[in-house]
Formats: sequence, structure tokens, C-alpha cells
Amino acid sequence: MDFGLSEDQLLLKETIKRFLAEQCPSTRVRQIMEGDGEGEKQLWKELAELGVAGVIVPAAHGGLERELLDLALVAEELGYAATPGPFIGAAMATVALVEGGDGKIQQHWLEALATGDAIGTVAWGEEQGEWALERLQTAVHGERLSGRKLMVPGAQTADVLVVAARDASGPGLWLVERDAPGVEVAALTVNDMTRRLDRVSFTDVPAVRLPHGSAAAQRVFDAGLILIAADAYGGSRRCLEMASSYALTREQFGQVIGAFQAVKHQLANIAADLEPSLALVWYAAHAFDRIKDQSTRHAAIVKAHMSDLYDRVARDTTELHGGIGFTWEFDLHLWFRRAIFDRSFLGEANFHRERAADLAGW
Amino acid sequence: MDLSYSAEYEQFRAEVRAFLDEHWTEADRGNTPAPDGQAALMGAVIRTDERATQFRLAAIARGYLYRHVPKAHGGGEQPYDPLKSTIIAEEFRRAKAPSEVVGQGPGMLVPTLVEHGTEAQKRFFIRDTLLGRIRWCQGYSEPGSGSDLASLRTRAELDGDFWVVNGQKIWTSNAIDAEWMFALVRTEPEAPKHDGISYLLIDMKTPGIEVRPLRQMTGEADFNEVFFDNVRVPKDNLVGPRGKGWIVSRSTLKHERALIGNAMLTRRTFDGLVMMAQHVQLRGQPAIKHPLIRDRLAQLEARLLASEYTGYRLLTMQARGEDQGLTGMVMKLFSTQLGYDLSKTALDVLGDRSALARGDLNTPDMGMFTYSYMWSLGVLIAGGTANVQRNIIAERGLGMPRDTKSSRS
Repeated sequence: MDFGLSEDQLLLKETIKRFLAEQCPSTRVRQIMEGDGEGEKQLWKELAELGVAGVIVPAAHGGLERELLDLALVAEELGYAATPGPFIGAAMATVALVEGGDGKIQQHWLEALATGDAIGTVAWGEEQGEWALERLQTAVHGERLSGRKLMVPGAQTADVLVVAARDASGPGLWLVERDAPGVEVAALTVNDMTRRLDRVSFTDVPAVRLPHGSAAAQRVFDAGLILIAADAYGGSRRCLEMASSYALTREQFGQVIGAFQAVKHQLANIAADLEPSLALVWYAAHAFDRIKDQSTRHAAIVKAHMSDLYDRVARDTTELHGGIGFTWEFDLHLWFRRAIFDRSFLGEANFHRERAADLAGW
Repeated sequence: MDLSYSAEYEQFRAEVRAFLDEHWTEADRGNTPAPDGQAALMGAVIRTDERATQFRLAAIARGYLYRHVPKAHGGGEQPYDPLKSTIIAEEFRRAKAPSEVVGQGPGMLVPTLVEHGTEAQKRFFIRDTLLGRIRWCQGYSEPGSGSDLASLRTRAELDGDFWVVNGQKIWTSNAIDAEWMFALVRTEPEAPKHDGISYLLIDMKTPGIEVRPLRQMTGEADFNEVFFDNVRVPKDNLVGPRGKGWIVSRSTLKHERALIGNAMLTRRTFDGLVMMAQHVQLRGQPAIKHPLIRDRLAQLEARLLASEYTGYRLLTMQARGEDQGLTGMVMKLFSTQLGYDLSKTALDVLGDRSALARGDLNTPDMGMFTYSYMWSLGVLIAGGTANVQRNIIAERGLGMPRDTKSSRS
């Protein structure tokens, strides 16, 4: 009975945390945010060298061969540092290839993805806020895929897209190369400036079916939900730390504002809601790895819970900062904006709670 | 991360089971009524009759109960091992076997006596308290001293070989049944407030003590007021040095707490709520089919799961010898708020029937959920109000400046 992290997991988490603190301060985040994508690619390459792109990739293909829990720890630190880049799409694409690909496809893609030489992403959500696999309209006839996807993370910088679609046999996953004829990408204007979203339309695009894609599709989606929740936990933790440290330095009425009980209680309420949530994130990831019959429902619950909470923590901590928190110059809005992304990407909390209710048979 | 127990612990579990099969038979298990009140909170069996005592003695001899109390004083005396404690608690619950006696005697007084008591006090009190033969009440709160406990004014003045106690305590659970009270009294009126307090053991049969039931908002009287009028207490009943009662009362023996206990009660309440929502009709369909109720239940379940898994996490921290820090500090606030929100959602499930009180036959739940809605406030206030918890979290957990007027521990 041990519900804690292993030495290896702690080391991985600490390595990423230290790298981001030293190599990716908010000045670099802002450069990438306002740049043309080259800086983002460079950072992703550096992160891939630390193993971020290949956490769950088998060692035979150049990865760390770890579990989703390990990847969630990485996601937490990326969220903590408001790290810009293609992580969420890339991670979900990797899950798709590991769980849905055959030897040949894995041979072709996994090593390049793990080293950061190639970048993958997922094209999932469609118009009218639709993320439910069974209701997606994108369809494959023969080996040609057609449809429209909204909210595709980092399609512009990706080399390969994992597309959730359907054919005569039902829903599944297909691989489409970004440069294939018939793929059109249009950038969207996103509240969260650290993560790009694009709209992608596919017109008779050549697509390769992932042989185990039907079974893997749910896994990919669940993994995405858990990783978003981990990002939200990391971001919330950072917001609380920033607010706590501000409360200890900002003085008004002759004392630090952290000495006022109203401020103490606001911080305590955030900590009391946030701290126990970590175990929920861990458990959902652990269920994905080891208790698979609980995985889908836990993924839905943790995404709904953490994205709601992140939003509240970001808002309360910004309020706690007073005027400075409302400025462009102060970094807090980076997390505030990421909270909006985490709330919406892969579907909003209400949708996932409804799924959780259905899955429980309520 | 591994949620199963290793072979060594599974072996231990098998030993505990074999012990229970031998010493707490099927007939015993059938005779054990479902626990209620504070015992239900911990899933504990609190029988203290002769049969239960006989069983407890055997369990103590095997080191299954009171593992933190020395054998010399009637305890089980075992090396600290939270995983074993958890296994014991799980197996005892499964067998409906008598657990450690629930209450402030075994929970608070015994650790204090083990650390600060004289040999005579240890001999006289500990063993019988552990077996439930001496029942205790706690004399801490006073009408003017709640959160600011150290301002207490009940005084004890030395008169020959006796302390003469005058004053009043309030919110005293079990004062009617208890044979003894452990109390904080002011013995040094001139000293700064924390330094003037002593820890005194008072026989509840002493002349001059009057116990009056205190009726709480639910309508029943689960608490009491206790009045002292020239109550003469033998001088030797002081625990620890005179004037050091504040520190004595805070002695924390390394005690294996049942961390999963609270989440278990909340889980039972939640499962009961879901079951009720599936059966109660609300405007033409089961309440659970209403989108807002479904959404609310899923929100609550996320928080419930978070508290259950945090129980695993705290247990792991204990087993690894890590500091539970902020995680340990927030759980009371988190759980009590969850309990409050659970009962509030139950009111929505009941619709207009939440207007009816406990015992009314026109409610699907005999009014139990509105009753627990009121009780959830009692839990929030008991043992330090939520606002006091928030101060502790902010000051000790997040490093905010301590309020010089209120902090002292």
C-alpha cells in the first residue's frame, strides 16, 4: 500500500521543474507568446531532450517507457510554469500511437515524436461544442477523410495529426500528415496565448487508419482529460504560491496584507480546496495505468473538478493581488488565461459531469 | 504507486482475521447492533459489556488495540506502523468487533497521562479508561472562552490538600454519564493567561458539581453545562506541573489516527443520497434524472473522491515518515464543508419535503437529511470553528504572519 510517488517519478518532476525555472522564465514565455513559432519549436526540442515528448514511448523507440502518471507529473510542472507549446496535442497523439498503432506505424513515428524531430497533435472537437466520440461527423470513405475540426492544438506546427473520425465500422482514429493535399489550417485567436488552437478542414485527405484506433480512441480522450487536470492543478498551485508570496510583501495600512484575516481566509479557502485535489489527479492517472475499468469515469470527474477549480483559483488570486494583478505586465493573467483553455478544451465541466452521471448509471 | 498490500502485510491481515474468527464468533457478530453517533462516525463498535471487555483484553494482549499505550499501563505497545493499524481497523470493522473505546478518555486523556501523569495516576486511570470502565468528559470550553480558550476563568484555589474549584464549563459532551472530567482551570490568576492554567482531574460525584443539559438547535440535548460551586478536588489530581496545564493539554503522543474514518462516513452519506435521489419522485421523474441534481452529485463526488484518495496519501506519508504539512491541516475544513454541501444537496433532492422534520412519515427519508443538515453545522463548529481552521491553514500552512493576540500553541 503506497499512494505516493517513486524516486524516479520525483526525479523526473524535479528535473522538469528546475529546467523550466531556469530556462523558461516568464520573459521567455512572453517572447514565445508574441513570436512566430520558431521559439516555441526550440523550447519543445529542449523539453524533448529531457524526455518530455517521449515519457510513455517504449524505450525501443527512444522514449522513457513510463506511465500516464509520470506524464501527468510533467503536465503539472508545465502548467506550473505556464509553459508554451504543443504539449497537450503531442501527448495525446503519442497515446494514440502507443495504444492504437501497429509495429509499422510505431516504427515510423514514435522515435521522431519522442526526440521532438516531429510533432504530433489531435484533431477531435467539432462545431457546436461537440467532443463526444460517437457524435463526431468527420468521416472516412475508402482511405480518404473529410470533415471540419475546431480547436486543434498547434496544427500549424504539427507534422502529423491524429484525427478522430468514423467509417462504416464506427468511430476510430486516423493519421493524417499535415502537408497532405486537402488539409487546410486556419489559426484561431485564443485567450490562452501560450497554447495555439487552429481550425482544420479536411477534404478527401489521404488517411491511415490506426489498426487499434477504435479501442484506443477512448483512451486518448481520457488521457487528454487527465493531463488537462494535471496542468490545471499545477497552474492553480502556482497562482496560490504567487498570491501567498505577494501577501507577504505588499504592505498597506502599515503591515503586510497577509496579516489581515480577510486575506488569510481567502488564501486558506483556496488551499483547502486545492490541496486534496492532487490525490484525485494522481488517482485518475493511476486508474488509467492500472485500474482501467475506473479510468473513463475518473478522467471525466477530474477534468470537470480541476478545470472548475483552476478558474476559481486564478480569479481569486488575481483579485487578491489588487490592481497589479489586472495589469498586462504582471504575469498572473498567463495562468488566468490558461485556466480558460483548460476549462474549454476537450469540453466544458458540465459535459463531463453529465458523462460521469451517465457512466454511473444514474 | 501500488494500492495493494505487500505479502508481509497480507500475512498480518490473515493473522488478524484468524484471531477475530477465534475470539469474536459469528454469534458475537450477530449480537452487535449498528453503531450510532460518534462511533458510527468512525465505524467503530463501542460495546463495553463483559463480553466486549474480555475480547478487548485478548486483542490488547495481541497488540491489536491501543498500540501507542505501554503494556505496563494496559496498552498494546507496538512499534508505530500506520499500515498495520489500518488493516486492524478494516478487519475489526468487517467482523463488527469491539474497537478501541471511542471517546475523549482514550482519545485525549490517556495520551496526556502517558506523557505527563504520575505513576499513581497512570495505574489508577489508564487501564480502566481503555476498557471503558471509566468514562470521561472534557472540561475545556466556557461561556466566555471558545476559540480563545486560554482566557478561561474557572478557578482552582489551593486550600490545604485540596483544590477548591469555582466556575462554569459549557459544551460538555457526556457530562451526565461520565465518572470523571479532565479540566483546564486557572490556578495562577496573576500569571499571563497561558501560564496560569493547570490540568486537573475531577471526580464528577464530588459535592458542588451540577450538570445541566444544553439543548442545541436540533432540539435534543447532546451537550451540557457544568457548574462548580466550591468543589473540593484532592491536590494530587493535578496532571503535570502547576501552571503548565496549557502545554500538558497539548501533548500529542505519536498516535496512529484513523485517517480514513471521516471519508468513510461521507461515503456512506453520499451513497445514501444517491440512492434516495434514485427513488424520490420529483415532478414526474426520479430526482436523479434532473440535470441540475446530476450535475450537483457529480461535483460532490469529485470532492468525496479527493478526500478518500487524500486519506491514502496521508496514510502513505505517515508510513514513509513524511510531514503531512498543509495536506493534513486542510482536511477538517474540506470534509466539514463537503458534509454541509452534501446535506444541502439532499434538501434539493427532497424538493419541498425538506420542510418536514425528523420523524415525519411524509418524507422519503424520515427527515434524516434535514436533521444532518443542521448537524453539519455542529461539526463545523466543534473542535475549533471553520474560521479558526482557516487561521491555522494560513499561518502554519502558508506562512502568513501570526496574529500576536491569538496565536500561541
